Amino acid sequence: MIRLILLFLISTSSAFAESVVIGMDKEKVAITATFDGSQILLFGAVKRDKPAPIGDLQVIVTVAGPSERISVHRKSKVLGIWMNTETVEVDAAPSFYAVATSSNFLSTISDTEDLRYKVSIPRAIRSVGAPMNVLDAVSFSEAVIRIRKEQGLYKLLENTVEIDEQTLFRTSIGMPADISEGDYTARILLTRNGNVIDEFSTVIDVRKVGLERLLFNMSRENPLAYGLMSLAIAIFAGWAASLLFRFFRTT
Amino acid sequence: MQIYLPIAEVSVNAFLLLGLGGIVGVLSGMFGVGGGFLMTPLLFFIGIPPAVAVATEANQIVASSFSGALAHLKRKTVDLKMGLILLIGGLLGAGLGLIIFNYLKSLGQVDLLVKLCYVAFLGIIGSLMFIESLRALLKKENGSTPKKIRKQRGFAQQLPFKMRFRTSGLYISIIPPIFVGIFVGVLSAIMGVGGGFIMVPAMIYILGMPTKVVVGTSLFQIIFVTGFTTLLHATTNYTVDVALAVLLLLGGVVGAQVGSQLGTRLRAEQLRILLALMVIAVCLKIALDLLIMPGELYSISKASLK
Repeated sequence: MIRLILLFLISTSSAFAESVVIGMDKEKVAITATFDGSQILLFGAVKRDKPAPIGDLQVIVTVAGPSERISVHRKSKVLGIWMNTETVEVDAAPSFYAVATSSNFLSTISDTEDLRYKVSIPRAIRSVGAPMNVLDAVSFSEAVIRIRKEQGLYKLLENTVEIDEQTLFRTSIGMPADISEGDYTARILLTRNGNVIDEFSTVIDVRKVGLERLLFNMSRENPLAYGLMSLAIAIFAGWAASLLFRFFRTT
Repeated sequence: MQIYLPIAEVSVNAFLLLGLGGIVGVLSGMFGVGGGFLMTPLLFFIGIPPAVAVATEANQIVASSFSGALAHLKRKTVDLKMGLILLIGGLLGAGLGLIIFNYLKSLGQVDLLVKLCYVAFLGIIGSLMFIESLRALLKKENGSTPKKIRKQRGFAQQLPFKMRFRTSGLYISIIPPIFVGIFVGVLSAIMGVGGGFIMVPAMIYILGMPTKVVVGTSLFQIIFVTGFTTLLHATTNYTVDVALAVLLLLGGVVGAQVGSQLGTRLRAEQLRILLALMVIAVCLKIALDLLIMPGELYSISKASLK
């Protein structure tokens, strides 16, 4: 069952003539044992005091997972063997990042605004500096995008935000099963002629629940007990199987 | 049915894991190997992070070797005394191995070195066993009965601290078994294997133990070494995924029982030749992966904490 929670949160800044009001079908994503990805429906409306100005209204929706530091390794052939020879650290790469736009990406936001709001996938990744011996550091962040796109963790969804009557919009963003937990940020940017006229962001809480939560917490907070429990399960299973088989053979 | 693994943080098919556990369990019971040398690379292949695969596999091996060892204890084909001596070495080795593992992880080379370990050990042992058992098999088929060799290996005779191992019919120094134990313990922690594929040939060729007690004794000591390894990984790296382990071991323990039944119906030489072939196959597969240019040259890992 989908809980519909409509958030009527109006942008605090009243400097804009147009502001955005949004809602989501869920504020929480629960990672249960049978978690198989999730679909988040984001919808909203453009609120305005006077008639819409002339120009092309577009909407961009982004969902970003928690950022983490990652190491990117590149293999090359050493003595006939392919091994990791170069490593570049990326200071902050979101574990998940999706951008949905109401038109082609390039026609929804100008390059300067993209730079400022860090909307496109390459701009969402922050890499400060590569070691001196690595000349083509760019190819490392490109690799991050390529690999994560293949895993469905990064995606650019052009023309997927539907806008009705320059006022109502909605989109749906899918998350794969292999996501990690944390606070995900959903952002809605309202643009006209490529310039951002309003921005709104909210948090989607992605958490392991139930047994998943219990096991994960135990493994971090009480690792010895967790380890012993794992062993006890293993020993019991081994013993039970042996017992069962002896029973079947004798009968 | 997809299932989300709480520690590995990936979603995998539950039946795939049960099936893998079952197949590897059969091998475990048949050959007295934990099956880790097959399972760990398979887990990498289905997308489990390597650190989680290594740690969880150790836990799963506890279950399958316990189940297998019970079957052997019933048939009295376990040399407990030898098992305990091997175990002392094994525990020392597991501790040492974990230190090495964590050091390699900090260098970002853990994958390569684990794979090189696999290629080297599996290659050498696989081919040695294959040649030896093929020779033994051919001899038998020619009708000439092989000489009953009571002769024990040279250097194990000359070292001090001799002990009598009644079940194995041996009177040898405890130094070689201790070293075999340490060596296998290190492998257990680094490669996520029980080490049976090293232990079994080492017992036959270095210690000169009779084939019929080798499997049970190997399983007996593997239980404790992998159990210790599991605890070490759980407390230092937090990489034991109990949900993954349960699925693997449900299939595994059943497989191990089936395997140990099958094992008693095959001749020792046939058993060894099968094991040798399998070891060689896994070795070749891993070696090819290192030699052929990978489709994706880049890989991502969590940055080491600084």
